[in-house]
Amino acid sequence: MSKITKQDVEYVAGLAQLRLDEAAKERLVREMGDILAYMDQLNELDTSNVEPMMHAMEMTNVFRQDVVKPSLPREEALMNAPVHDGEYFIVPRILEGDAS
Amino acid sequence: MEFEAVVGMEVHVEINSKSKVFCGCSADFHAGPNTNVCPVCLGMPGVLPVLNVDMVNKSVAVGLALNCAISRWSKLDRKNYFYPDMAKNYQISQYDLPLCQNGWIEIDLDGQTKRIGITRAHIEEDTARNTHTIAGNQSGVDFNRSGVALLEIVTEPDIRSAKEAFAYLTALKQLLQYLDVSDCNMEEGSLRAEANISVRPVGQEQFGTKTEVKNVASFSGVFKAIEFEIARHIKLINSGGKVVQETRGWDADRGITVPQRLKESAHDYRYFPEPDLVPIVVDEAWEQRIRESLPELPAARRSRMGTQYGLSAYDANVITLSQDTANYYERVVAVGADAKKAANWLMGELQALLSAAKQEITDCRVTPADLAALIGLIDSGAINGKMAKDIIAEMFETGKAPQDIVKEQGLSQITDTGAIEDIIRKVLADNPAQVGQFRSGKEQVFGFLVGQVMRATQGKANPALLNDLLRRELSRQEN
Ligand SMILES: [Zn+2]
Repeated sequence: MSKITKQDVEYVAGLAQLRLDEAAKERLVREMGDILAYMDQLNELDTSNVEPMMHAMEMTNVFRQDVVKPSLPREEALMNAPVHDGEYFIVPRILEGDAS
Repeated sequence: MEFEAVVGMEVHVEINSKSKVFCGCSADFHAGPNTNVCPVCLGMPGVLPVLNVDMVNKSVAVGLALNCAISRWSKLDRKNYFYPDMAKNYQISQYDLPLCQNGWIEIDLDGQTKRIGITRAHIEEDTARNTHTIAGNQSGVDFNRSGVALLEIVTEPDIRSAKEAFAYLTALKQLLQYLDVSDCNMEEGSLRAEANISVRPVGQEQFGTKTEVKNVASFSGVFKAIEFEIARHIKLINSGGKVVQETRGWDADRGITVPQRLKESAHDYRYFPEPDLVPIVVDEAWEQRIRESLPELPAARRSRMGTQYGLSAYDANVITLSQDTANYYERVVAVGADAKKAANWLMGELQALLSAAKQEITDCRVTPADLAALIGLIDSGAINGKMAKDIIAEMFETGKAPQDIVKEQGLSQITDTGAIEDIIRKVLADNPAQVGQFRSGKEQVFGFLVGQVMRATQGKANPALLNDLLRRELSRQEN
C-alpha cells in the first residue's frame, strides 16, 4: 500500500517550487494518498495480455521541415519580462555550479 | 594496491539543422541576443512544439554510424527542473525509449583498436545562455540557443584511461564531421563532454563510487580532468578516505576539479511523456533510406585508401583524419601523382605551411592539380627537392602554378653535364686544401665540396648528377 507522508508532500512541493501552508499540506497528504490508492486498485487488474500504452496520443510522426521562420521582434520577446536591459532577460546572478 | 579506472562519457552535440528542434527560429545563436526567439523557445504557456524532421534524420544517421539499433517507436519526455536557462521549467528530452541504442565505436590506441560501447543516443533541446558580464548581482539570459537541436550520446563504462577517453572523443568527432551533422567546435560549445569516473582494485567486478566532471572546454581539458580525478580517487582510497558521489567542475586555470554546489534533489527530474509531441516511428524503409545516404565512414575510408594507394597504416590514418584532407589527397593522385610522394608532400610540406598559416585545407591556394604538377616536375628531373620546397611555399602564398614559378624565377635544374663540370673544376681549384684532405682519405670533405658546388649553382644542380660528376672529377685529377 502506498502511504503519503507530510515529508513526501513537502519534498514534491519543494521540487515544484511551491510554498504550501499547513492546511494545504494536510489536504495534499490525503489527496495524493487517495490517488495512489486508486493506482494500487488499478494494479490489481491482470494486464498481462494488454500492450503497454507508452503515450496518450494515437497519432505518430508529426514533423516540420527544417525551414527557418521569422522570430519575434526583440522588443516583443522582452516585453513581459519583469526585468530586461533591452537585449537580455535580467535574472538574479547565476552562480557557476548551480546548474543541473 | 593496483587500481584501474572506469570511465563513461556523455557527449552533447549541437546538430547543424538550420532551424531549432521544436520551432522555426534560426539555430544561429551568434546573432544579437534574443533575436532568434519565439513563443515556443521562450517557453510561453500554451504553445505547441513540432519536431524538426531534419533532427530525426541526422540522429538516425549518427545512430547507424555508431552501430546502434534504431528504435522503431520512440517518444519524447519532459525532464523537470528549475533554472533560469530553461524558461518552461522542463527540458524536452528522451528518457526510457531513446531513438538509438546499443551501439559501439572503434577507437585507435597507438595502432591497436578497441571497441567502446554506446548505450544510447537521444534527441533533446539546448538551453539558453547566461552571461555574467551584466553589472551588479545579476545575470543576462539570451534565448537564441534555447531549443537548438541537441543529440546526447552516452557510452558504456568501457573507457579505462584518460588516453582512451581522448581517443574516443577524437573518433566520435571524426565520425560526426564525416556525417556533416555538427561543426563539433568544443570552444564554442557545439560539442560538450562530461565524464563519469571511478576507480576499483584490479580484478574487482564491482564499480567504485563515481564522480561526474563537467565544464570542460577542450579534448586536452577532458584528458587532464580525467587524469586528475583518477589520481584523486586513488589517493583518497589509499589514505583510508572515501570518494563522495558528486558533480565536479574542471578548473582549467588551476588544473584541478572542484565540487559543484548542487541541491540534493537536483537530479530528481520526474520524467514523464511529453504530451505536446507525438511518438516517432522510424520504420525499416526510412531507416534503410538513411543507411543508403551515409557517406563512406572513417574506418572504411582508412582501410580502402590504405589498400588502394599502398599507404602505411599511419599515413592512411593521418590523411583520413578529415574528409577534406582525404578528398584533397585523392584528387592529387587522380591527376597522376605518385601515391606515396603525394602523401609525403601533403603530410609534410603542405601541412606545415597550413599549420603555420592556421589555414584549413579547404582554404588552401595550392590546388590538388598544382601539387601533382609540382611532384611531376621533380619526377622528370626539371627541379630538385630543395627547389620544390621553395616553390611550394611560393605556390602557397600566391596560388601560382609551379610551372609558372619555375619559368618566372629561372629555377630549372641544371642537368647540363658540361656546365656542372665547369663549376666543379673551378670549385676544386679554389679549394686545394680540402681536395688534399679528401685525397688523404678524409671522406667527410666530399660533403663540403658538394655543398660548395651546389652553392655556386645557386642550388640548381641536379644532386645525383652533381655527386657523380664530382666523384669522377676528383678521381680523374688524382690519376
Ligand atoms: Zn523559437
